[in-house]
Amino acid sequence: MTLWSNVFDFIIAPFVEFSFMRRALVGSIALSIGAGPIGVFLMLRRMSLVGDAMAHAILPGAALGYLLAGLSLGFMTAGGLIAGFVVALLAGLVTRVTVLKEDAALASFYLISLAGGVVLVSLRGSNVDLLHVLFGSVLALDDNTLLLLATAATISLFSLAILFRPLVMECVDPLFLRTVSKSGGVAHISFLALVVLNLVAGFHALGTLLSVGLMMLPAFAARFWSSTLEGMMAVATLLGIGSSCIGIILSYHAGTPTGPTIILSAGGIYLLSILFGQRNGLILRLMPRKHLVA
Amino acid sequence: MIQSRAGFVELRDLTLGYDRHPAVHHLSGCFEAGSLTAVIGPNGAGKSTLLKAIAGTLKPIGGSLSMGLDPARLAYLPQLAELDRDFPISVEDLIGTGFWREIGPFGQYSRKDRSQITDALAKVGLSGFNKRLLGTLSGGQLQRVMFARLMVQDAEVILIDEPFAAIDTKTVSDLMELVRQWHKEGRTIIAVLHDMGLVAEFFSECLILARECVAWGPTEHVLNSDNLSKARAMIEANDPHADECERAA
Repeated sequence: MTLWSNVFDFIIAPFVEFSFMRRALVGSIALSIGAGPIGVFLMLRRMSLVGDAMAHAILPGAALGYLLAGLSLGFMTAGGLIAGFVVALLAGLVTRVTVLKEDAALASFYLISLAGGVVLVSLRGSNVDLLHVLFGSVLALDDNTLLLLATAATISLFSLAILFRPLVMECVDPLFLRTVSKSGGVAHISFLALVVLNLVAGFHALGTLLSVGLMMLPAFAARFWSSTLEGMMAVATLLGIGSSCIGIILSYHAGTPTGPTIILSAGGIYLLSILFGQRNGLILRLMPRKHLVA
Repeated sequence: MIQSRAGFVELRDLTLGYDRHPAVHHLSGCFEAGSLTAVIGPNGAGKSTLLKAIAGTLKPIGGSLSMGLDPARLAYLPQLAELDRDFPISVEDLIGTGFWREIGPFGQYSRKDRSQITDALAKVGLSGFNKRLLGTLSGGQLQRVMFARLMVQDAEVILIDEPFAAIDTKTVSDLMELVRQWHKEGRTIIAVLHDMGLVAEFFSECLILARECVAWGPTEHVLNSDNLSKARAMIEANDPHADECERAA
């Protein structure tokens, strides 16, 4: 009885008591649902660092929105989306028409974009505001931000369902896809747009830098629990949700900043997965098991 | 059985290349409908480039290319290096993409499609491999899977680029048996190969390419040491200071 009430006090009571805790939970769960499957695709396409680059790229857009209208959800979101799409499109264009590969093209534009963003933010506003953009404020999500997060998750899932087959083929066998259909390029650009959308939605909750963490860490961890694409996407989403719950509760009791605590939880789950994962986990590999006959 | 005689591929003074440097230079001729042609030549001779152009993924920089069929009736198997073998996709799903033209990006596989996939797997000697992931296959098994996809594509013109690189003799003879079958069904087959023994044994037509056409015709007339040494004498590098080609079209 006392154990049960202790557990209740520790896990459930904070959410019953404070609406900002419930909002934080709903927001980060929405983010996990949208970003998890996208992270899996990024990982499988060896584009794990693209999320990071994109997160930097959207900063000047958000900053410009902030310069125009202060801490306005609409302006900062629109600015972030536009900056992200512009960088994605320019990088795609440079990749196609010049000798630079995609990583180089993307890196160049995100660097320009990031530098521009920092300059813009410094023109007006204190360092506190910059911290908000970089690290978010998951404990201060208002209705509109929650709606934005939920919308982003919904759009992501529906778009991924529509893009699924071209996207998979663009990863496995792009040359074949090009001979049977022109959908490869569309799938690729739409996919980058989804990455941007999730990062922009995420920066209100976790900030531009940390929203990448909720996108990628669960995806990496999922690699150790499933060997199929569908399985990895499901596991990544669940691990993202789990990291959010654990992070929010831990930060509440320890008094640590919530966004980074969520990402640290995801990081912890990732490290545990490396050790104990069912697929190529280190512990399983070290255990002497007899080989099979065939 | 392919009924129509439309599956020809005609090249008219075709020049293909990268950055204005020709990889295939002023090539003219015709792969007749239902023919079985081996394309041979040294590395850098433009063999893969030619297949890419016929498959429609590379635009000619000179001359033209025409086919007596809807491009949808063409199937192209590039070199395996182009494939990401680590991606978690099952054998069944990969072969299923051969139905892309019919079902597109959203359509569902019919029961007939599914049984066709299983049949194709049986024909390439991989019964029961439906759910296996790509990453668990050996090189030979993977090439068998790719041939199974060619089968479900049911194409009139089939392009195969070096299918037997690093493949053991048993697999080669199994897969060549399929190629022979396709030939009997009246499909046009163009294959890039390096094994002259195989070419002499199975392929009735042969194109020896060394950027320019060295010889093209029935294998017994074309495949001789004279032509092969001519092909080997091809200049490897492209000259960065080359003049513009003035040859009349």
